Amino acid sequence: MTASLGPYAAFIVSAYAAAIAIVAGLIVWIALDRRHLLRVIKELETRGATRRSQRVVERKNELV
Amino acid sequence: MNLIEWANPSRFLALSARVLAWLIPATLLVFAAAGVQAYLAPDDYQQGATVKIMFIHVPAAWLGIFAWVLMSAAALGTLVWRHPLADVAAKAAAPIGAAFTLMCLLTGSLWGRPMWGTYWVWDARLTSVLVLFLMYLGVIALWQTIEDPTRAARIAAVFTLVGAINIPIIKFSVDWWNTLHQSASVLRLDGSTIHVSIRVPLLAMIAAFTLLFLTLQIAAMRNEILRRRLRTMLMLQADAASGP
Repeated sequence: MTASLGPYAAFIVSAYAAAIAIVAGLIVWIALDRRHLLRVIKELETRGATRRSQRVVERKNELV
Repeated sequence: MNLIEWANPSRFLALSARVLAWLIPATLLVFAAAGVQAYLAPDDYQQGATVKIMFIHVPAAWLGIFAWVLMSAAALGTLVWRHPLADVAAKAAAPIGAAFTLMCLLTGSLWGRPMWGTYWVWDARLTSVLVLFLMYLGVIALWQTIEDPTRAARIAAVFTLVGAINIPIIKFSVDWWNTLHQSASVLRLDGSTIHVSIRVPLLAMIAAFTLLFLTLQIAAMRNEILRRRLRTMLMLQADAASGP
């Protein structure tokens, strides 16, 4: 394939490799970030931690 | 239901999950179609096969600028309406915009060496895009160093709006100054100067990259909302631990 890209094939392939690496890096970073956040939130929830909105609901239920 | 109610973070999480379920396959499909078109596109009569670098360089440049425009709109949302989802959108867009600007600089450099005989020259277009990249790093640093997200959002919003002055400079730099970089050839009042056989794959790649940006932006915004929830939970837990 690179033969059909002519004498500057190395530049073309390097440009596409850089673009793929940057996009892959973004996707992996966002996916790992989400996995980490969900794991920590789940750990906190299993230890009994709640969000502010959940506390409001719990307080309302107590009042009822 | 008005727009502000739709912008509620919890409602955004529910709505964005449904949007992503469509956006991800749409992005993949458009990338597949655009990729085939770019592969089959003929060589340029002057630049040869190096014109294929344009299919990633121009979309990256477009998204580097678009992300800053999006951040500027979000900055207005932060400063005028003080809406937390505007803060989330601005923070999520910064690293994605930085990544596409870096892609623009790298691919441009790799295109410049065979065509201009140099990887880099301090002309107005290249320098203003480098400034944009440095501004992205600056705004990311602001978000990372200021602990209170509301205060960070306001300072980052002011920085973003001041930095927006660079956007028209980037766009018109090739008209205002004598640059090695070519003048506009896609968006022109008198029509594009690119032959249709190359313009169609280019526009397809721009569409594919834009869909990719939207997918990444929504996913990053969902992460940021989770990060804020986690922060709130940790603060409430610390409050509970410190006494009644």
